[in-house]
Amino acid sequence: MSERIETGADLLVVENLKAWYGDSRALQRIDLRVRSGQIATLVGRNGAGKTTTLRAIMGLVAREGSIRFQGRELVGLLPDAIARCGIAYCPEERGIFPGLTTEENLMLPPVLRPGGMSTAEVYSLFPNLHERRRSMGTRLSGGEQQMLAIGRILRIGAQLLLLDEPTEGLAPIIVEQIGVAIQALKARGFTILLVEQNLDFAQEISDAFWMIEDGQVVDQMDRTGVVDEAALSQFRKHLSL
Amino acid sequence: MIEILGVSSQALWGQLLIGLINGAFYALLSLGLAIIFGLLNIVNFAHGAQYMVGAFCAWIALNWFGVNYWVALILAPLVVGALGALMELLLLRRIRDLDHVYGLLLTFGAALLIEGSFRQFFGSAGLPYPMPEQLRGGRDLGFMVLPNYRAWVIVASAVVCLVTWLVIERTKLGAYLRAAMHNPSLLQAFGVRVPRMVTLTYAFGATLAGFGGVMAAPIYQVSPAMGSSTLIVVFAVVVIGGMGSIGGAMVTGFGLGLVEGLAKVFYPPASSTVIFAVMVIVLLLRPAGLFGRVA
Repeated sequence: MSERIETGADLLVVENLKAWYGDSRALQRIDLRVRSGQIATLVGRNGAGKTTTLRAIMGLVAREGSIRFQGRELVGLLPDAIARCGIAYCPEERGIFPGLTTEENLMLPPVLRPGGMSTAEVYSLFPNLHERRRSMGTRLSGGEQQMLAIGRILRIGAQLLLLDEPTEGLAPIIVEQIGVAIQALKARGFTILLVEQNLDFAQEISDAFWMIEDGQVVDQMDRTGVVDEAALSQFRKHLSL
Repeated sequence: MIEILGVSSQALWGQLLIGLINGAFYALLSLGLAIIFGLLNIVNFAHGAQYMVGAFCAWIALNWFGVNYWVALILAPLVVGALGALMELLLLRRIRDLDHVYGLLLTFGAALLIEGSFRQFFGSAGLPYPMPEQLRGGRDLGFMVLPNYRAWVIVASAVVCLVTWLVIERTKLGAYLRAAMHNPSLLQAFGVRVPRMVTLTYAFGATLAGFGGVMAAPIYQVSPAMGSSTLIVVFAVVVIGGMGSIGGAMVTGFGLGLVEGLAKVFYPPASSTVIFAVMVIVLLLRPAGLFGRVA
């Protein structure tokens, strides 16, 4: 099985990754390769370990194994050091800080490296945020909060964005806007590792897919699988009950 | 002479002034406690000891090294802050992932050790600390005489509280602090060195306590127990203001000092308990405190 669609080099290589919440093991074994410039998606049912995989990459859970980013080992580093390597994280719950306006939330993450987007660029990507920049961040609609959660990590200067379920609970028209924005980010050179339950959405924009089940990768598929009926239905089977 | 409810206005103003001075110390101490609680989720029982160490640093500096009040006012808080940073790095950091009650127990134990050591070396009797020369005497305001040193305490404490509040509410550094109080791991994932911020925050809280201790030295005597007796009231102030509410801690600190002063005028036996009575009433009516937000 050949997965080599994109010509970019491996940006993120995850090997034999295990993770724990307290005493309970949340990841059994995760192996992933994300190529530079790709949109890669982790698919799977609720509780399969998709979010934990992102949190393990970001250093937010106890973990073991190997996570190499641009050849540099991340296991053993604290989250702030991982961020400085060039990875930015947008959590599922969005994590908009209360007591801060939209603009203050947007400006909160420090610029760690050159090459990030300017505030004006973020506003042109998400014009709603500009309109509502003086509103409290927690007063925004769900879709706007999601835009804010994505928008604020674009200034950091990261090459790899970890986006956890950016479409969760949003109306179809907003989901479409988020999809357009994510593609614009890819066009601007970001590499994106996405967690999605919504495979229809992921199919539209992703270059590579990993199916996670019980904390392990059980299947994978590349862009060609999306147009191959047989491959797609085979892949989808994991999601059906 | 004007009398209100059988109390001379001179006595009233005098007690209100004393109340305001006590309030200045309550505000300084509860501000530090509120900041530490907000970020570390620890009720810092060592706060009183840190206040006491600040006063002793000033006393030692003067009596052993001839260092005057004004230099001690800068140096002693820095020493207390550095000790606080050490305590966070060596002790508190290790229990960060445990239940918060461990932080309370650890700081309580540390406070007992610190107090005991000072009692061992300096005895329990209060040691006098002279007023700085520049602030001796007072001025006649017509209705009362305002001692200069007391005016200085009120103004200096109010300025320190206000500047701290402005930094927290209006600057980028303060935005980090507020964000870290809410979701430290996410802030750290954005690349902010949260562990270092925790150390510096604890050190800053201790610095405020040390600053309060130096200012208290010429008014109250310098003694090992000076911190623990003040701290009980300060805890009540923090609870009334709302745990973790920084503005609330300051306003409540000054306010309750005044309430205490009023009680001394109108019903002296209640003056030592009135704050706790207020605490009970506030907790019954607003369990999150006057300025606290219900979670």
